[in-house]
Amino acid sequence: MEIRIEQASLHWQQHCVFTDLNLTLPAGQWTSILGQSGVGKSSLLQLLCGIADDADIRGRIQCSDGRPLEGRVAWMAQQDLLLPWLSLRDNVLLAARLTQSRSASTEQRELALYLLQQVGLGERADALPAQLSGGQRQRVALARTLFQDKPLVCMDEPFSALDAINRLKLQDLAAELLADRTVLMITHDPLEALRLSNRILVLQGSPASLSAPLLPAGATPRPVSDPQVLQQQAQLLTLLAETVT
Amino acid sequence: MMRWLRPVIITLGLMLLWQLIVWLTDAPHFILPGPLRVLETLIAQFPLLMKHAGITLAEILLGLLLGTLLGLISALSLVTWGGLRRWLMPVLVVSQAIPVFALAPVLMLWLGYGMASKVAMATLIIYFPVTAACFDGLRQTPTGYLQLARTLGANRRAQLLQIRLPAALPAFGSGLRVAASVAPIGAVVGEWVGSSTGLGYLMLNANARMQVDLMFAALMVLAVMALALYFSVNLIARRLTPWLQESTSSTTRGDS
Repeated sequence: MEIRIEQASLHWQQHCVFTDLNLTLPAGQWTSILGQSGVGKSSLLQLLCGIADDADIRGRIQCSDGRPLEGRVAWMAQQDLLLPWLSLRDNVLLAARLTQSRSASTEQRELALYLLQQVGLGERADALPAQLSGGQRQRVALARTLFQDKPLVCMDEPFSALDAINRLKLQDLAAELLADRTVLMITHDPLEALRLSNRILVLQGSPASLSAPLLPAGATPRPVSDPQVLQQQAQLLTLLAETVT
Repeated sequence: MMRWLRPVIITLGLMLLWQLIVWLTDAPHFILPGPLRVLETLIAQFPLLMKHAGITLAEILLGLLLGTLLGLISALSLVTWGGLRRWLMPVLVVSQAIPVFALAPVLMLWLGYGMASKVAMATLIIYFPVTAACFDGLRQTPTGYLQLARTLGANRRAQLLQIRLPAALPAFGSGLRVAASVAPIGAVVGEWVGSSTGLGYLMLNANARMQVDLMFAALMVLAVMALALYFSVNLIARRLTPWLQESTSSTTRGDS
């Protein structure tokens, strides 16, 4: 399913952050938006998720199947947002626990366990989030996102709170588990965008606008040592640095 | 080892200090009885003390139960209906400006000299702390949790019951602790103002008859009761939030 945002505009304290912004998310592709903080990229993502209540943001969202997008987006944030009183399994099952009156079915419980195994935490399904490290917690958040099985996955700087090694590991895992899904990722790390995305857009300027998409070649996750990745990283960093005045 | 020994040493030390003051000032036993004399009275009058203690304890527990329930219901209603909050919040704050003790005589007048007026005192005195603690806890749910719940398709009821309520449990626990430590005050003051049973009555009565040793014995029973109550409530509050101790130890351990 292809998703289009048309004529999006964001105002912050009577100041126009961007206006008349159009964005297309092609089906089955990983799109990343790079940008400095304060250009409204998180607000754009929250608009898609239906949780942008603090921001003065407007825009028309269209799906290629003609139905509304509401309720068909999975959201993954920078913080893992695991509920501290639920076990890992119950955190993964959260969507089921919150929307159905009866308890989760056997299939759902098995799916949750399977997803925890996929992120390497199958043996700790009954542990509490406080017993885990930051990287492990974000893995559980990834499993929770996958459990929802929504047509669009929106990720807001999902790995930026992790250390460099854990970040690379989680990027590999995400690329594997989210292959062929429609993904929108917000990030300020050009390397992360280059490793994972099919399309990279830069949001910059005042008022901000989206650049022409950069389309890195090759299968994801791309290795950090790939010369093309390194060259494009330099290119993106130069582009991003230009806007800092 | 030291953990268990310390309270014993502190208690013995205080008793010794007490006995020392009695010796030094040479106070007559109807002004300040020594600890040994109080202990003797405690043993001799044990059935009488227990009879009155039972009534006071029942008043405290009933007040605690009622006050906590009312506080919890009020906090939930205040959070659920914004309109109610705007109307009720000022009333609640103003009601706190009236000292509960000043209401005691009126409560006697309305509810009689029996247990009801004392239960009402204890309920009133803990109602506001519990309401305030629960209300704050319910309001301060991390926005991230609520945003996540919305993207997961949770309706308002599920958000309240499964996200906001458990997230407010630590605050509810501290409200409960405050309630447990002030509820005995409500009950005893109620008994002072007008009663024919209970430890508060026994203390006033003993004092009037110069039985100061009996008064001190009643005071000791009351103190032990209040302590036991506080520790039981503390235990319950911890059981309610089993994840808390572990998360505090993990923050000291550091992430990743």
